[in-house]
Amino acid sequence: MSHAEAVDPNVPLEYSTEHGRLRIFGFWVFLGAEIVLFATLFTTYLIYLHHTAGGPTAKDLFDVKGFTIETFLLLTSSFTCGIATHELRRGNRGGLIVWLIITLLLGAGFVGMEINEFVDYVHQGATIQTSAFLSGFFILVGTHGCHVSLGILWMISVIIQVSKNGINSTTARKAFIVGIYWHFLDVVWVFIFTAVYLTGLVL
Amino acid sequence: MDQLMHFLTHKFFVTGEPMIYGADVAIAVATIGILFVLTYFKKWKWLWREWLTTVDHKKIGIMYIIAAILMLFRGGIDGLLMRSQLSFPGLKLLDAQHYNEIFTTHGTIMILFMAMPFIIGMINVAMPLQIGARDVAFPYLNAISFWLFFWAAMLLNLSFVIGGSPDAGWTSYTPLAENGLDPGLGENFYLLSLQITGIGTLASGVNFAVTILKMRAPGMKLMHMPMFTWSTLITSVIIVFAFPVLTVALAMLTIDRIFGAHFFTSTAGGDPMMWANLFWVWGHPEVYIVILPAFGIFSEVMSTFSGKRLFGYSMMVWSMVLISALSFIVWVHHFFTMGAGPAVNSFFGVSTMLIAIPTGVKLFNWLFTLRHSKIRFTVAHMWALAFIPNFVIGGLTGVMLAVAPADYQYHNSYFLIAHFHYVLIAGTVFGMFAGLHYWWPKMFGHILDEKLGKIAFWLWMVGFNVCFFPMYFVGLQGMTRRMYTYPANAGWTSLNFIETIGAFLMGIGFIVMVWMIIYSARHGERDVTGDPWDGRTMEWMTSSPAPEYNFATLPDMSGIDRFWYMKQEKGAVEKWRKQKIEEIHMPDNSGRPFIMCVLFFIAGFGLCFEWIWLAIVGLAGILLFMVLRSLFDPDEGHHIPVDVIERTEREAGRL
Ligand code: HEM
Ligand SMILES: [Cu+2]
Repeated sequence: MSHAEAVDPNVPLEYSTEHGRLRIFGFWVFLGAEIVLFATLFTTYLIYLHHTAGGPTAKDLFDVKGFTIETFLLLTSSFTCGIATHELRRGNRGGLIVWLIITLLLGAGFVGMEINEFVDYVHQGATIQTSAFLSGFFILVGTHGCHVSLGILWMISVIIQVSKNGINSTTARKAFIVGIYWHFLDVVWVFIFTAVYLTGLVL
Repeated sequence: MDQLMHFLTHKFFVTGEPMIYGADVAIAVATIGILFVLTYFKKWKWLWREWLTTVDHKKIGIMYIIAAILMLFRGGIDGLLMRSQLSFPGLKLLDAQHYNEIFTTHGTIMILFMAMPFIIGMINVAMPLQIGARDVAFPYLNAISFWLFFWAAMLLNLSFVIGGSPDAGWTSYTPLAENGLDPGLGENFYLLSLQITGIGTLASGVNFAVTILKMRAPGMKLMHMPMFTWSTLITSVIIVFAFPVLTVALAMLTIDRIFGAHFFTSTAGGDPMMWANLFWVWGHPEVYIVILPAFGIFSEVMSTFSGKRLFGYSMMVWSMVLISALSFIVWVHHFFTMGAGPAVNSFFGVSTMLIAIPTGVKLFNWLFTLRHSKIRFTVAHMWALAFIPNFVIGGLTGVMLAVAPADYQYHNSYFLIAHFHYVLIAGTVFGMFAGLHYWWPKMFGHILDEKLGKIAFWLWMVGFNVCFFPMYFVGLQGMTRRMYTYPANAGWTSLNFIETIGAFLMGIGFIVMVWMIIYSARHGERDVTGDPWDGRTMEWMTSSPAPEYNFATLPDMSGIDRFWYMKQEKGAVEKWRKQKIEEIHMPDNSGRPFIMCVLFFIAGFGLCFEWIWLAIVGLAGILLFMVLRSLFDPDEGHHIPVDVIERTEREAGRL
C-alpha cells in the first residue's frame, strides 16, 4: 500500500494493514445488508409466484436447458475465482490476472445468456408489466444480474490495478474483496436456481 | 414555444397558489442573498476547502446538525400551518389538496430529514471521540453519506415549487400512491429522495458499526463503552438490517409508477398490502433507530449531571439489544384494522407490548441513577429529566394502541397523532436538544447560554403538552387524522383551538433557541478546559473544540467511565498527557463526495420527471466517479508532524 503504514508480515497481505482489515470487515457488514435486500426480493417473488393474472406462468416460460447452462457458468466462475484468490495468496501476479479474466469471461457469458433469456420472454409477451408474478421475477433475477454486471466492471478495474501496480497490500485487498463479492453472488444464484426456477417448475 | 410554455407552467413549475409564488420569491431571494454574501466576503474558497470537501467526522456532524435544524424549521412551519388550518372549524387557509401535501411533507421531513440527520450528526460528533478514534472507519464514505442526505433533502424540498409535492402521506400507502390514483410528479419526488438518503443512511450504519467494533481506544472492551456509543452500535445494526427493505420497497413502487409494473397495483395480480408490510418492516425498526440514540444521550447526560455512574449498565445494554430484536417482529401493529385476522393480530399485539418491558427497565435504571444524587439542573439535564414523564405518557398510550381490538377505535385518530408525537418529540427531539446543549462546547468551544436555554425549554415544555395532550381527547371523540377541516357541531372546536396555541408556543421556543445560538456565539462562556461539565467519558479528555486528530495520545481506557476515575486518581491525567507524541496519519479532503452526490441529485431529478436520458447521464457519472476513485486515488492521506501536534496542544494549554 502506498501508505507509510505498518505492515504486518505474519498475515495474508490483504489483512496486513489497518486499512485493509477495516475494509474487509466493512464489506462483510455490507453483505449483511445485501442478504436482507435479496431476502426481500425472494419473499416478493414467492408471494407472487401464482399471481400470473392470466399471463404466462413459470411453467410456460422457464427453459431447463437455459438456466442449467447459466448455473453451470456461474458456479464454474466461482471455482475459478477461488483459484484466483489462491494465486493471490501465492503472490503470483500473472496467475491472479489470468484466473480473474477467466472468471469474468464466465460471468459475462452468464450475463449474456440472461439478457437473451429476458429478451426471449419479452418476445413471448412476458414483460414486467404483464403480471405481478413477472414483476417479481424480473426484479429479483434482474437485480442479481445487475450485481453480476457490476462485479464484472469491478473485476476489470481490479485487473487493471494489479497489472499496473503488482500485488501489494492495496491491490491484494481489492482482489480479495471482489472475490468475496463474487462468491456471494454465486450463493444468491443457488437460491435463485432453487426458489425461482425449480420451484417455479414444480409448484 | 407554446408547448414549452405549457410544460413549464403545467408540469415543471408549481403554479396557481399565492403561497407558492411567495415561496418562489423567498427561495430566489434567499439563494441570491447567500450567493451575494459568499462572494462579497470572499468565502467561496473557505466554504469549499473547510466544509464542502471535508472528511472530518466532527465537521460532517456539524453539517448534519445544521441541516437537521433547518429541516426542523421547515417541518415545523408545516406543522404550524396544519394547526392553524384546524384551529377553527371550516377555515379556508389551506384547501384539501394543499393539506394533503403538507401533512405528507411534514411527516416525511420530520422523520427522514430531521430526526435521522440530527441523530447521525450527533453520532458523528460524539461517538468517535467517545471511543478515542481518530475518525470513523471510512471518512470518505462518511462524506458521501452526508451529501447523499443533503441532496436528497434538496430534491424533496424542491418538489414544493417544481413538479409538485407528494400528497399520499409519509407512509405512501398503495394503491393511493400509485399512478392510477395519484398521477403527477409529487410521489416520484418522495420515492427518489427517500431512496437517495436511504443509501446514505445504510452506508452510515456500516461505517459506524465498523468504527465501534474495530477502532476503540486501547483497553476499551465493548462492556466499557459509553452508553451513547452502545446505542449507536445497536442502531447501526438495525439500520443495516432494516434499510435494505426500504430500498427494495421504494424501488418497486418507483418501477410500478414509472415502468408500469404490478407490485402494488390491485390489477394484474399485484397486492397493495404488500406495500404496507414492506414499509412497516422497515418503518417500525426505524422508530427505534430514531429513539435508541436519544436513549443513549439521556444516559450520558443523566449520569454526568447527577455525578453518578449509570445504574444497571449491563441491564441498559441488554434491554437495548432486546428492544432492537423485538422491533423487527411488531410491524403489523400499524394495520391491525386491515383484515389480518385474530391470530395474526394477537401475535403482533403481544409482541408489541413486550417492548414495554425492556423500556420500563431502562426508565427505572434512569430513575435509580438520579436517586440520592446531587442533581445539577443544567439545560441539557432539564431536557433529559423532562423526557421521563412525557415519554411515559407516550409509551403507555402506545401500549393502549397495541390492544388490537381497542385499536379499531383509535386507529388513524388524533389519539394516534398524540401518541407518536409524545414518543417522537419527548424521545427524539428532547434527546437531540439535550445532546445539542451537552456537546455544544465540544463542537464550538463555548457553552450555550443557560438562561435563554431555560426560557426556550419552558416554552417548549408548556407548548408541547398544551398542543399534544388534548389530541388524545379529540381522538377519543372521533376526530381522525389527515382531515383538513371539520364541522362546527362536532364538539372538537375548543380542544383544537387550544392545540394550536400550544403549537405556536413551541414555535416561539424555537425562535428563542435560534436567538440563544446567535447570542452564545458572541457572549457564550468559553470552554478552556475541554471538560466543562466535569464529564465521565472520553470526549471530555480532549480540548474544545477537538483538534483535527482528536487525541494527541491515548491512555489505557479499560473500565466504565474511565476518565472520571482518572480524574480521581492523583497524577493519572498528567501522566497520560505526558505520553510521547507521535505523528498522526489523517485522511485527505476530497471534493468528489460532493460532486458525486450532485450527480445522484441529477439522476433522481431525471427519474422524477421520467426523463430517462437524464437519469442515465447521472448514473453513468456516478459510475465514472467510482471507477476513477478506484483506479487513480492512491488513498494517501497526510501526516500531522509531531511539532504541529505539540503546538496545537500547547495552545490549548494541555502541555
Ligand atoms: C414541532 C411541532 C409539531 C407540530 C405542531 C406537529 C403537528 C402535526 C400535525 C397537525 C399533524 C397532522 C395531523 C393530521 O392532520 O393528520 C402531524 C402529523 C405528523 N407528524 Fe407532526 N408535528 C410536530 C412535530 C413533529 C415531529 C418532531 C415529528 C417526528 C420526528 C413529527 C412527525 C409527524 C408524522 C410522521 C406525522 C404523520 C404525517 C402523515 O399523516 O402522513 N411531527 N404533525
Ligand atoms: Cu410500529
